[in-house]
Amino acid sequence: MSLEKFKDRNIGNQNYTLIGHEAFPQTSGEKFERVMKRMLKGELFVGLWVTLRTMFQALFKGEMHTTKYPFEKLPISPRYRAIHEMLRLLESGHYRCIGCGLCEQICISDCIRMDTRYDENQRKEVSEYTINFGRCIFCGYCAEVCPELAIVHGPRYETSSEQRASFSLFEDMLTPIDALKQQKEYPGFGAISPNADENIKKTPLAY
Amino acid sequence: MDALIIETVVKAIVVLLVISALAGFGTYLERKVLAFMQRRLGPMHVGPFGLLQILADGIKLFTKEDIVPQHANRLIFMVAPAITAATAFIALAAVPLFPEFTLFGYTIRPIVADLNVGILFVLGAMASGLYGPLLAGMAQANKWGIIGSARTAILFLSYEVVTGLSILAPIMIVGSLSLIDFNNAQAGGVSDWMVWQQPVAFVLFLIAGFAETNRTPFDLLEHEAEVISGYATEYSGMRWGMFFIGEYANMITVAFLASLVFFGGFNPIGFIPGFLAIILKVSFFFFLMLWVRASWPHVRPDQLMWLCWKVLMPIAILNILITGIVLL
Repeated sequence: MSLEKFKDRNIGNQNYTLIGHEAFPQTSGEKFERVMKRMLKGELFVGLWVTLRTMFQALFKGEMHTTKYPFEKLPISPRYRAIHEMLRLLESGHYRCIGCGLCEQICISDCIRMDTRYDENQRKEVSEYTINFGRCIFCGYCAEVCPELAIVHGPRYETSSEQRASFSLFEDMLTPIDALKQQKEYPGFGAISPNADENIKKTPLAY
Repeated sequence: MDALIIETVVKAIVVLLVISALAGFGTYLERKVLAFMQRRLGPMHVGPFGLLQILADGIKLFTKEDIVPQHANRLIFMVAPAITAATAFIALAAVPLFPEFTLFGYTIRPIVADLNVGILFVLGAMASGLYGPLLAGMAQANKWGIIGSARTAILFLSYEVVTGLSILAPIMIVGSLSLIDFNNAQAGGVSDWMVWQQPVAFVLFLIAGFAETNRTPFDLLEHEAEVISGYATEYSGMRWGMFFIGEYANMITVAFLASLVFFGGFNPIGFIPGFLAIILKVSFFFFLMLWVRASWPHVRPDQLMWLCWKVLMPIAILNILITGIVLL
C-alpha cells in the first residue's frame, strides 16, 4: 500500500452517492421550470397534510409519544444494571447472602464493604454490608460473581442523591420480609441463563 | 361629544385588554398546537390542561430583571418594544371586530374608530410596527441584533409592496377603503365572498401577511438557528414580552383583515350569527399560522426578496391590470 493512501484525509467523498438529487438548474429557463413544477405540484400542501394527520393521530388515536415521566415509567430491560437488590431464600425467608466476600473482592471501584461473623449456630452471618453508590459504576461484576444469586441488579434507576457518597445498607437493599411473595427469581444480569443445564459439563464419575 | 370620547376610551381599553389577553392565550395555543403536531403534550402541569401556564409565564416575565446592555443606546433600547406593541394595538383601532350589538339599550359598534381610510391605516400602522425590531436590533450593541435589524429592513422592503398591491384589487372592486364597507359589500352570503372574485389577491395577501407578522416561512428576523434571537437577542423580561404581545396582536389583526376583506367579515353564514362567524374565521387563520409553522421550513432572506419582488409583485400587478380591465 502506498503512502498516498494513508495521507488521504478526504474520507467520505469517494464512496458515497447522492440519492434523490435532481440536477441543479443551469439556465434561467430551467430555473423557471423548476419553480413552476414545485409550485404546481402542491408539495407545500403535502407538508400541511402530514402535520395535520399527525395531530389527529396524536389527539384521537392515542399516538402521543410523551411519557409523563415521574408519573409514568417505561418498561425497562431485565438486563438493565441499576441499584442492587439483596434477595431472600423463598422457602425460609432468610437472606441468601452467605458472606463469602466475593463481591467485595471483585468490585473494581471498591465500593462494597462487608463484615461477617459467626452466629450462635456457627453459621456465617452478615454484620455489616454497605455499597457506596457514589463510587459504584454499575459494572455488574458483583451480581455476576455471586454464587447464591443473592445480590442482583434491580430495576430502580433513579440514582440521584444529595451527596457524593451515598451509601446503601444491607437492610435497605434486602427484600422486605412481608414482600417475600412478590420476590421474583431474577432473570437479569448475573442470573443463570435459561439453558444453564445444557452448558454444565458433568464431572465424570471415574475421575 | 363627551359621550363619544368616553365611548371611544372604553372601547380602546376593552380592545387593549382583550387582545393582550388573547395574545397571551395565543402563546398557549401555539405551544399546544405545535406540540400536538409533533406528538407531544405541550404545557400540561400548571392548572387544568396547562391553562395557567400563561399566568406563570406572565409572572416570570414581569418579575425578571430588566437588563439594558452596557453599550446599548439606552433610550432607543427601552422604547423599541413599546413601538411594536403600541403599533400593533393602534392598527386594531380601525378594524371592525364584530357586528353591531345592543347592550343596556345602547347600540355599540365594536370598532374604535371608523376611519374612511381604514385599510390603509391598518396596513400603515402595522408596517410602522417594524420600526420596533429595526431600532431594537440597532440599539442593543450586539452583532445578532444588527443582523436581525438588517433582516427587518429586508423583510419590510419585500412584503410591503405585495401587501399594498394585493389589497388594491379588492379595493377597486369595493370602491372604498373602509373595512365596514368591505364587510357590507359581501353581505349576500358565502357566494358573495371576495375570495371567489379575487383568489390570487387572497393568496398574495396571505403570503404578505405571514411576512408582515414575521411568522414562520418568513421569520428571518429572529430565527434562532441562524441569528440567536435576531433583534430580540439582548431583551429579557417584559420588554421581550412586549415584542411577543405585539407579534401576537399583529397575527390577530392579519387574521381579522383576511376574514374581513376576503371571507365575508362578520356577516352571518346561514344559521351562524355574525360574531360567531368572524370568531371562527379568525380562529382558522390563527390556526393556519401555527399549522404552517409546524409544517414548513423558513426561507432565506434572499429567497424572500426573490419571492416578493420577482414572483409576487408581477403577479399582483397582473391581477390589478386584469381586475381593472374587467371592471372597465
